[in-house]
Amino acid sequence: MNEQPADCPANAAVLPNGSGAAAILAAGIGAFMVALLAILADKFAFIKNLFVFYKPTGPLSGVTTAAILIWLVAWFILDLRWRRRTVALRRVNTLAFVLLGLSLLLTFPPVADLF
Amino acid sequence: MEITCRSLWTLLHGMGFGALYLLACSGALVELYRRYAPNTATPLAPGDDRFLKIYLVAMSVLAWLTVLTGAYLIYPWYRAIAPAGTTDLSAFPQMLLKSNPATSGWHSIGMEWKEHVAWLVPISITMAAAVVIRYGHDLRNHPQLRAAVLSFTLISFFAAAIAGFFGAMLVKHAPVEGGRVFQLIHGE
Repeated sequence: MNEQPADCPANAAVLPNGSGAAAILAAGIGAFMVALLAILADKFAFIKNLFVFYKPTGPLSGVTTAAILIWLVAWFILDLRWRRRTVALRRVNTLAFVLLGLSLLLTFPPVADLF
Repeated sequence: MEITCRSLWTLLHGMGFGALYLLACSGALVELYRRYAPNTATPLAPGDDRFLKIYLVAMSVLAWLTVLTGAYLIYPWYRAIAPAGTTDLSAFPQMLLKSNPATSGWHSIGMEWKEHVAWLVPISITMAAAVVIRYGHDLRNHPQLRAAVLSFTLISFFAAAIAGFFGAMLVKHAPVEGGRVFQLIHGE
């Protein structure tokens, strides 16, 4: 544990990291879902048609809406489970960064086209 | 000097919400790095904490406004299909870009990357805002949380920069035009 900052009393309660970890991992999951669903919509015609939630925008509307819903649901569930706990944040961060890195890579069309 | 309605929305999307977000990123990164550094002796005033929380919420609003106006207002104009036999494709930017091998990459790489990578921005910055609101100055006691928030904010900056760069280049090669015309200033 780090020293208390100068403006905090020595006995100030430190919040468990679970709530923050839930937000971080859920953001990684949400970002990855954008890339994954975009690839699936590009590869399979039936998924592409399924994701046309708003015709003028095309499948992008469904890909992003679905990814956002998955992100928010994941956040809600993880927060419910972890909010009063201290979790192994190093592992959570690593997983979230891998998912975020993959999402950056997989949204790049020359990489996405490899699948 | 006049501007079309679609051009005005494109301007608002890119130069208003998007560019403002990019500018705000540097402030957020500096503040997150400096303010919550572990073991720092600098005291935090409650007003300072509240300012950063409002700042990050404003950034989240800007990020959401950027992607929502982009996806639901401008993108439909961009991807409009020209009626058969149309020879002037200037009102159909996607088709205009794809009609020439010298410009087709701006769509197949530029727009296709931009339309997806941009969504990482609101997801990342909303998470950063939520964590800062939840923990406030207690982030000094959670260096790994602070590192993750900083990293996601940095990645959101890069994702916004990618989207912004391609947006600017797309506007150069195939501007989204049309709709009502607004007269700004009468020329000489």
